[in-house]
Amino acid sequence: MQYALLLYDNEDAWDTASEAEQGEVIGAHMAYTQALRDAGAYVGGEPLDHSRAAKAVRMRAGRVSVEDGPFTDSKEQLGGFYIIEAKDLDAALDWAARCPSSSYGQIELRPVLTIPADA
Amino acid sequence: MKEARAIAEAAARASYGRLVAWLAARTRDVAEAEDALAGAFASALEAWPERGVPDEPEAWLFAVARRKLIDSARRAITRNSFASDLALIAEEAEAAMRGDRFPDERLKLLFVCAHPAIDSGVRTPLMLQTVLGLDAARIASAFLVSPASMGQRLVRAKKKIRDAGLRFETPEPEHLAERLDAVLAAVYAAFGTGWEDADGADPRRAGLADEAIFLGRVIVQLLPEEPEALGLLALMLYAHARRRARRQDGAYVPLDEQDTRLWDATAIAEAETALIGAGRYGKPGRYQLEAAIQSAHAAARLKGYDTSAAIVALYDALLATAPSAGAAVGRAAALSQAGRNEDALANLDALHGDPFADYQPYWAARAHVLAQLGRADEARDAYTRAAGLSEDEAVRRFLLDRKAQLTIV
Repeated sequence: MQYALLLYDNEDAWDTASEAEQGEVIGAHMAYTQALRDAGAYVGGEPLDHSRAAKAVRMRAGRVSVEDGPFTDSKEQLGGFYIIEAKDLDAALDWAARCPSSSYGQIELRPVLTIPADA
Repeated sequence: MKEARAIAEAAARASYGRLVAWLAARTRDVAEAEDALAGAFASALEAWPERGVPDEPEAWLFAVARRKLIDSARRAITRNSFASDLALIAEEAEAAMRGDRFPDERLKLLFVCAHPAIDSGVRTPLMLQTVLGLDAARIASAFLVSPASMGQRLVRAKKKIRDAGLRFETPEPEHLAERLDAVLAAVYAAFGTGWEDADGADPRRAGLADEAIFLGRVIVQLLPEEPEALGLLALMLYAHARRRARRQDGAYVPLDEQDTRLWDATAIAEAETALIGAGRYGKPGRYQLEAAIQSAHAAARLKGYDTSAAIVALYDALLATAPSAGAAVGRAAALSQAGRNEDALANLDALHGDPFADYQPYWAARAHVLAQLGRADEARDAYTRAAGLSEDEAVRRFLLDRKAQLTIV
């Protein structure tokens, strides 16, 4: 069973953090990724650039509209994700609790839907 | 003020637990007993911290519960079965409460919660809810499951108690040890969950260690002749005594670097008394051994004795009595502490496979032993893995710091 860990962090806090503090967070995520890999639970994951780099894309009446900025105007923005393999929800929750983002941000844990191959 | 609140809350929990146990022992319906008392318990938690604990706390709660039941029966909110049950047993209850001491049936309720027919994963949550009145949401977050699924598990367990007609009784002597073991394990699980949250920084888990010690005291009070109950209480008190020393300015402090002036001397004294009391029965067991290990750690720090060889011997005895992943890793750490790092590593090498692959204490111990042996590359890998498996931010930072120090040397 695969689960997505969607990491929501306060971007202001990140922007104002010192280089050492940022380095600590990155180090913690690297350790976490390593632990996931060693346990065979790692499927994938990436950090995302700042939400101000986001573009909102819509197709309306045959025309593409592109706007700047994030979709939602919130302090907590999607800052990265992991996809993990876990035997059940309890095991996935254990991994979510170990994820460094759970200490300073919020994690949305969602099961990945498996679409049958013949669908 | 904070203390007055804590005293009032403890009194409310004790009375609530006694009443739920007493009612459930008569009707075998834990859920109905809780429902009947929930409103009264909430009123007590509001009123008692301000107005003080009433002289007859059980009578107070019972009177409020009855009033609320009569009200809701009038408005036909509840089905009447329990209200009429309660009316029937009200006289008996009031007579009992006028007596010197309201009969304490909490032990029977604890035995029902840890009954072999109840799924072992739900025993601790069930105790926390029925005996202490903790709500499902708080229990759920402490055990890291969703509130909805914790609620379902609790409802199912209570239905089973009712439908299977589990008997509210103290087990016969020939089954007592085994059944008590299940009760103690469930209490210790509550303590362990609270303990992972070192200094109550995590509101999800705040106070669960206190609740477990409360249950430990209830068991000792009701079964004063059981050495393992005393052993468990001693074990929890030793660990709890160090709670204020485990963090300094938010940073994790390992046991051998803790400022012992921050240890709670009263709790340690109480733990020693309990452990010595348990020893008089000459029936060692898992909890007494674990408490003795904590006692040896305390003596090493407080009195400067070298207890490292004694600790290894105690772990040997513990592994022979109650083998567990924690004890196996603890023994390796004790070997390292005694300067036997090669032996410690050989021990850890022998432990591999399923429980250890994502068992944080294993990787932390392994990293430490490898660092002691000067095997820096392997130590760095193990530190990374231990840090990645940590739930606690301070522990994670501590391990990554140790790893960084290895790089410099």
